[in-house]
Amino acid sequence: MFETRIHGRGGQGVVTAAELLSVAAFDGGKHAQAFPMFGSERMGAPVVSFCRIDEQEIRRREPIMEPDALIIQDPTLLHSVDVFSGVNPEGYIIINSTRSFEELGIAEFVASFPPHHVCDIGATELAMQHVGRPVPNAALIGGFAAITGQIGFESVSKAIREKFPPAIAEANVAAAREAYDQAKEA
Amino acid sequence: MLKQIEGSQAVAEAVALCRPHVVCAYPITPQTHIVEGIGAMVKAGTLENCEFINVESEFAALSVAIGASAVGARAYTATASQGLLYMAEAVYNAAGLGLPIVMTIGNRAIGSPINIWNDHSDSMAMKDAGWIQLHAETNQEAADLHIQAFKLAESLSCPVMVCMDGFILTHAYEQVDIPTQEQVDSFLPPFEPVQQLDPANPYSIGAMVGPDAFAEVRYLAHHKQMEALERIPPIAAEFKEIFGREAGGLVKSYRTEDAETIVVALGSVNGTIKEVVDAQREAGVKIGSVSICSFRPFPLAALHEALKGAKRIVCLEKSLAPGLGGMLASNVRMALRSHPLPVYTVIAGLGGRVITRKSLSELFERAGRDSLEDVTFLDLNWEVVQEQIARARELRHSGPIAENLLKALNPGLVERVSPPREANP
Repeated sequence: MFETRIHGRGGQGVVTAAELLSVAAFDGGKHAQAFPMFGSERMGAPVVSFCRIDEQEIRRREPIMEPDALIIQDPTLLHSVDVFSGVNPEGYIIINSTRSFEELGIAEFVASFPPHHVCDIGATELAMQHVGRPVPNAALIGGFAAITGQIGFESVSKAIREKFPPAIAEANVAAAREAYDQAKEA
Repeated sequence: MLKQIEGSQAVAEAVALCRPHVVCAYPITPQTHIVEGIGAMVKAGTLENCEFINVESEFAALSVAIGASAVGARAYTATASQGLLYMAEAVYNAAGLGLPIVMTIGNRAIGSPINIWNDHSDSMAMKDAGWIQLHAETNQEAADLHIQAFKLAESLSCPVMVCMDGFILTHAYEQVDIPTQEQVDSFLPPFEPVQQLDPANPYSIGAMVGPDAFAEVRYLAHHKQMEALERIPPIAAEFKEIFGREAGGLVKSYRTEDAETIVVALGSVNGTIKEVVDAQREAGVKIGSVSICSFRPFPLAALHEALKGAKRIVCLEKSLAPGLGGMLASNVRMALRSHPLPVYTVIAGLGGRVITRKSLSELFERAGRDSLEDVTFLDLNWEVVQEQIARARELRHSGPIAENLLKALNPGLVERVSPPREANP
């Protein structure tokens, strides 16, 4: 089983991100379970969502406490929430940022991860460029697909096209594509 | 068709396939996505011959469903928590009148303290209203149970609640096989009411009944539930024949062969329990679990059969009967009256408290040593509880309990939730 935890803020599409991941994994023939950390969320408040991916039916219903991958939609959370809690030391981390790990103050922490397992992607910038709005999800999921290999890029684009109306979907697929290529090169 | 879909949306699609004539909607978390989904299908024209009625309260939602059902319409609504309590009078009336309404409960805690998260307090509060209560373990089963529920309700002329864990199921995306219209049509015949208000053939429904016949009418409500015990298994069997998968039934046993400890629970937590059972079985522990689908009628004989070989039973309950402990455990004891075994009550998952594999693992190990109390509260924070008990003992004006506990847990929140202690007179 591959378990992913997504950290962001209310309004950034944290719940949609988990949903998209699960739809992409399902498209790839896998079982997937996505769910939010439920609460009466407010815009801007820290929000968490989860996605499990497995070859067989997923039965457990607890939140993910030891994730194999983390997607961090908002780097300001690095200093207010214990986003790294329980993360698998061989796991993957995707951070929405154009700053270096040194600038983010996590260089020492991420250095212990295997090569190419941690990447930062300027997902908000890619979204502004392609979609015209600061919606980092598609790009982050593109990056997730590139570094974890859990879902294929075709499945990512299908999930995005299923979720959004055509024009918005294509813009998001373009953002995801660019993030995917960047992460593959990194 | 196999889809990766939100639980609520899967239920909305399943209900639509049952061709309801009237759907009454009043929003309350965590059920709202279901009626929103149905509303969208009515508006888009994909669900035809269905009146979608926005009402002004939950009381109205069920009252409109009662009226619709009484004139021969297949009626559906959904609610949760305070919404179910607000419609309580109509809940009893729907059953008393024998109207085969189907209602989803997105199980959620009841205030006070107000809490939007999952537990079973709401449907438990209505357990004796005369409705059949079915609990879903997964979103697939939630969708499937609705299709079975209409058939069961209409065959007995008795309303059915389909209970699904709020958020944990309603808001989870997982794969659900949505059946075809042809499959559902071949399973669920058109609604043929046993009573119908019709101006062309006028009679009344809902007479006042005095002491001369009230007990008999009530007995017949009990009789109907006993009949349901006979009908649920064949309906599940027929469902399996047409749809090719298991859903519903009275109880489901998991690895109970030679089990010394059997865990009994309702709803989605059975998934987590099964994983823990697998892990403990691998370590050589003789443990299994039983998931109760039909809580009303309560399947005494089926449970007796499923549990009699064990040495102890652990009832994991997402609701508390204050002053007693757990309702599930007391019902299970009734099933085991000829086989007196220790039946432990474990209160867990109240108000959305996470039930982890780790906690269950430790709990089941303690159960195996028979070192559980009669009533155990899983993962209770005893420190804040004892602190509050001591405060209430020392101070007459000890203040509101919920606010005191929040204050103890979040020192920074003090000023927001409660006046400082010294401000008390």
